[in-house]
Amino acid sequence: MKDYFVYTEKMSVGYNGKPLIKDIEIELQKGQILTLIGPNGAGKSTILKSMIGQLSLLGGTVYIGRDELKKMSEKDLAKKMSVVMTERIHPELMTCGDVVSTGRYPYTGRLGILSEKDREKVREAMEMVNATELMERDFSAVSDGQRQRILLARAICQEPEIIVLDEPTSFLDIRYKLELLTILKKMVREKNVAVIMSLHELDLAQKISDVVVCVHGDKIERFGPPEEIFSAGYIRQLYGITDGSYNAQFGCIEMEGAKGEPEVFVIGGGGSGISVYRQLQRKGIPFAAGILHENDVDYPVAKALAVEVISEKPYEEIRPETYEKALNVMRKCKKVIGCTEKFGKMNEKNRHLLEESEHLL
Amino acid sequence: MKRTNVRYWTAFIILTVMLAVLLFWNINSGSVELSVAQIYQIIVKHTGEKTAYNIVWEIRLPRILAAVILGGALSVSGFLLQTFFGNPIAGPFVLGISSGAKLVVSLTMIFLLGKGIAVHSGTMIAGAFVGAMISMGFILLVSRKVKKMSMLVICGVMIGYICSAVTDFVVTFADDSNIVNLRNWSLGSFSGMSWENIGVMSAVIFTALLLVFFMSKPIGAYQMGEVYARNMGVNIRMFRLALILLSSILSASVTAFAGPISFVGIAVPHLVKSLLKTAKPILVIPACFLGGAVFCLFCDLIARTVFAPTELSISSVTAVFGAPVVIYMMVRKQSRSL
Repeated sequence: MKDYFVYTEKMSVGYNGKPLIKDIEIELQKGQILTLIGPNGAGKSTILKSMIGQLSLLGGTVYIGRDELKKMSEKDLAKKMSVVMTERIHPELMTCGDVVSTGRYPYTGRLGILSEKDREKVREAMEMVNATELMERDFSAVSDGQRQRILLARAICQEPEIIVLDEPTSFLDIRYKLELLTILKKMVREKNVAVIMSLHELDLAQKISDVVVCVHGDKIERFGPPEEIFSAGYIRQLYGITDGSYNAQFGCIEMEGAKGEPEVFVIGGGGSGISVYRQLQRKGIPFAAGILHENDVDYPVAKALAVEVISEKPYEEIRPETYEKALNVMRKCKKVIGCTEKFGKMNEKNRHLLEESEHLL
Repeated sequence: MKRTNVRYWTAFIILTVMLAVLLFWNINSGSVELSVAQIYQIIVKHTGEKTAYNIVWEIRLPRILAAVILGGALSVSGFLLQTFFGNPIAGPFVLGISSGAKLVVSLTMIFLLGKGIAVHSGTMIAGAFVGAMISMGFILLVSRKVKKMSMLVICGVMIGYICSAVTDFVVTFADDSNIVNLRNWSLGSFSGMSWENIGVMSAVIFTALLLVFFMSKPIGAYQMGEVYARNMGVNIRMFRLALILLSSILSASVTAFAGPISFVGIAVPHLVKSLLKTAKPILVIPACFLGGAVFCLFCDLIARTVFAPTELSISSVTAVFGAPVVIYMMVRKQSRSL
């Protein structure tokens, strides 16, 4: 037996007997968060739907604990796994409290009457997602962010060992995204549950996941900790990014910079250049940036947006040949923008560059 | 929690009181006036003047009981169909299920009466059930292709028209003295019930209702949608099958005895839910039964007394009171989704 809590063996998933993704091998321990990433339509939802038993597997096996998913009774599965899916639900005349308490279904008797203990669990779950004040509110009248928290509370009060969420952060504003993921992290830490979800936000996926699974084409292309997955080159390839770029360190995206002969030379450094680079990009003006150390915060943004970046090795003083190179580029530009007034030993040459530019104009 | 409990109790008390009042009113109204003392004697003491005794025991009581039982069954059936299709305007009548039942029952009756065989209540229910399942099967096929509920309802109405047309055709050209009854029945009526009918319908309907009541837990789960219901541990396949069978049995029984009755299945569950301010099946199912009984007793009272001695078809009366409710619901649903 493997040490994993949830794992799949050669799982094939798809619709109407046609496999969409084959040979899926996912492994996850308790207390870990696994995130599926990949382009739209890659089959993230299909994988999740198959793992919760909503779609039948086209091949292979899913194990939860030591049991095979197919052989588990509906009720046993319900006590182990709960879900938050993307389907919009429109329950009639239900308060948020009612929706959350449906999570107690596997534990209540024949007629589904809640005991005092069940009510306590409902209250706990609502506290966990900071939604106690919504208890009596009509579920159909709450906002997207509140609805998502209520559905998460529903999943929590089912007391699962694994929670499956399909794009739980879609439609949520930044505050609710963070809040939702914080709650998940707390769940994982406090209750030692396993979480499997799909996310569109790469930055969030990178920060919250213990394991990342990349769905691409008809297979799982990569599987591993975020440190191994999130490289600029791979993300570019995974999503087939053609316009703009992805910054792997910060998990942020940059638009495509203007092309052509640089018209403006920007002297930046230490974060001073970023807003100028972005302004030029927005106006569609091609520019060159310099002289930046490769470990400067400005560097990755300049790299993404500028036509040319004149750079120096980390922690080195700017060498004369780098300076010459920058000077040559600068001379061809119509305008020079000096962003920084802080010069030290390392970027002393930038001061010269700025002084030189005054002679040019 | 306390306040909602008070609401539930109040709702049930209101419904019970209305039912009691209508029961009494119905027994008391008709071509022969009876005093309270007379009714008390006839019902409780089983004595009294012969004609009055017969009117109460052989005509009024079976008719009233039929209205109660069938009305209740019809609205519960409507509630089940609404849950199944996830839409408040689904019902046995609009989906053509009643008409399908009607068609098969007429065919069975004409065939058997033509051969001079008396038709047993059980046979009628069986025929109606077959008809209901045929319509239901067709609706299910359509619902696989069409996800839009309004289209499904239109299909149901069309099925209803086709079945009604065929029934009318068959009834018109079947020349037998018994066909007069058949014509009455095919328009919808609680009249002409025998105690044997009441016995059979009670047995079938109350068994089905009991099963429905014990399904209130999964029905509640299903109101959250199929995905969540499955996740809560509901065996969706079995559940859907049970729901289809039970709602078909209920509406088939109604059609077998009283013909097609319109709009009760939609209007009553809606009114009941608005009264209770909840859709919890464990409360809505019994309340639907009471509400359906009240609604049908009321409509039957109007059907047989307003233009007495001419009797209206029960369906015309239920349509007058039920259809506006349905229109109101559709308008509200539209304006909310915009």
